[in-house]
Amino acid sequence: MIEVTDLSKRFGDKVAVDHLSFTVEPGRVTGFLGPNGAGKSTTMRLILGLDHPSGGSATINSRKYAELASPLRTVGALLEAKSVHNGRSARNHLLFLAQTQGIPASRVDEMLDMVGLRDVARKRAGGFSLGMGQRLGVASALLGDPQVLLLDEPVNGLDPEGVLWIRNLMKYLASQGKTVLVSSHLMNEMAVTADHLVVIGRGKLIVSAATEDVIARGSGQTVRVRTPEPGRLTDLIVTEGGKAIPAENGNGGAEAPGGQAPVLTVTGLAAPRIGELAASASIVLHELTPQLATLEDAFLELTSGSLEFGHASAQPAGQSIEENVR
Amino acid sequence: MSITAASGQLDSAAAQASQPGGAAGFGRLMAAEWTKLRSVRSTVWTLLLFVIITIGLTALLSWLTVSNWTGPRAAPRDARVAADPIGFIFGAGIGLGQLTICVLGVLLITTEYSTGVIRASLLAVPKRYPMLAAKIAVFGLLMLVLSELVAFGSFFVGSAILHSRVVVSLSGPGVLRATLGAGFYLTVLGILALAVGAIVRHTAAGISIVIGIVLVLPILAGLLPSNWGAHINAYLPQQAGSLVYAVHQSSGQLLTAWEGFGVFCIWAVLLLAVATYLLNRRDA
Ligand SMILES: Nc1ncnc2c1ncn2[C@@H]1O[C@H](COP(=O)(O)OP(=O)(O)OP(=O)(O)O)[C@@H](O)[C@H]1O
Ligand SMILES: [Mg+2]
Repeated sequence: MIEVTDLSKRFGDKVAVDHLSFTVEPGRVTGFLGPNGAGKSTTMRLILGLDHPSGGSATINSRKYAELASPLRTVGALLEAKSVHNGRSARNHLLFLAQTQGIPASRVDEMLDMVGLRDVARKRAGGFSLGMGQRLGVASALLGDPQVLLLDEPVNGLDPEGVLWIRNLMKYLASQGKTVLVSSHLMNEMAVTADHLVVIGRGKLIVSAATEDVIARGSGQTVRVRTPEPGRLTDLIVTEGGKAIPAENGNGGAEAPGGQAPVLTVTGLAAPRIGELAASASIVLHELTPQLATLEDAFLELTSGSLEFGHASAQPAGQSIEENVR
Repeated sequence: MSITAASGQLDSAAAQASQPGGAAGFGRLMAAEWTKLRSVRSTVWTLLLFVIITIGLTALLSWLTVSNWTGPRAAPRDARVAADPIGFIFGAGIGLGQLTICVLGVLLITTEYSTGVIRASLLAVPKRYPMLAAKIAVFGLLMLVLSELVAFGSFFVGSAILHSRVVVSLSGPGVLRATLGAGFYLTVLGILALAVGAIVRHTAAGISIVIGIVLVLPILAGLLPSNWGAHINAYLPQQAGSLVYAVHQSSGQLLTAWEGFGVFCIWAVLLLAVATYLLNRRDA
């Protein structure tokens, strides 16, 4: 179990982590989410004792990382920044780590096999691709068969097979009763991997809850409606207490090119009710599709107020989500 | 990919190698530091270069001196070599060879920062200072062996080549001490360089500072007014440290050979203390 209590970290004037508290329970995968610069990597470095906190504390199984007797046997970490010497072979990198903890060299070869680096084990790590480097990072995290895992964007640079491998690995480790904290920017990936989510923005906690609950916190179901008379339908929907906004593909109000009718995104009314309203007013509908809420929707909504590096042309939350809907 | 093969197999190993208690734990850290040191090709090459440059240069200069002995212009130089053959033998070879040690000592720790390995190292040894201590122990032992090899190698090669003109033997007054001392000096110099590297954490800055300490500081101190300048000069790291491999005492010398070496060691220890303090205090 990881306990973060009132943790703060300042870099000069910059507050990277701001009175952050959450716990990561064993036996499940906890996703650690937040926009760029939210403080995820910093929080992980603080938990691992690499950075010193400006305030508060973080413990692993009730002990500070620096007090762990055999740290690599207790905690495995994959950091965001590279931590391998380019001139050293993968095997020697793992070997020196193993030696510090009295882990036998046979375990090093086992791990190299497991992550699929056996053939390049004695090659210089400087020649590794992004994904190979990531696999070496995973191998060093799992080297001591630790109870607790902290993985900072582990699928970064992995091919689809590698992504699937990491997903199954994390689920398997959690099923073995291990504590798994994993940060990622891939919302679809997190939605299917993580059981629990900790979302932060600007160093502060936004929400810590089960993944379904976080998704449900988004504005919930939306309905996609295509009609040649968007204006009249919108009026009807609004009088019923719903909300209809032209979809972002740019043809909300006007006749779409190619004879396609414009699209409205409706919230606050269920699809059957919209259909009834349209029928009662004799409005023709070309499409009426309930859309499931996604983690990406919920994430964008939750963090919209705490973007560290917003985009100049701010896009409305919920754009380009159609593709992600299942 | 077999995930199941991954876990559960370490349990027996974990049971055997329980807590890393005191000496056993430090032995493990030394083994790890040895793996780090030998597994980077540039380190191994630099060490080889050190041996070759130092002994090679001693041989070359001795041979040039002997083969031009009593040439028309060489008389004063010959007299100097004859008066202080040890100073001549160790002067050139170690003078240049020590620079490779300065570079190596700095690189050993600054490359951990430039490559990011320091994070892996500190995750494995979160108390931090034992990692530095093990690194110094391993590097120090290796340096001691190589430096004594180089010192005695230089002595035997140099004295054999000079033999037809000047005779020096290990049994001469102060000669054995100077030869052993040359090895000690190089060893401590390596540790001092490592300490500076650990303090500044950047390769170029670290090397510049160490080379500055060894080559530039004595020159600058020489520009100070003679009266108290001489006192400062005598206690500078390189000035004090080099006394231990000299046989001839200069007239105004303030420290004996071993006193000088002691001062040199104190410098190294002070820098190590600063390095340790900063290592524990700073974010990695
Ligand atoms: N060593 C440092 N010195 C100064 N500022 C830092 C340092 N490390 C992090 N920061 C700042 O702290 C903030 C949080 O950074 P952090 O890397 O933890 O964010 P993150 O959530 O991991 O972002 P990303 O999703 O981009 O990886 C950023 O504004 C960053 O610029
Ligand atoms: Mg990050």
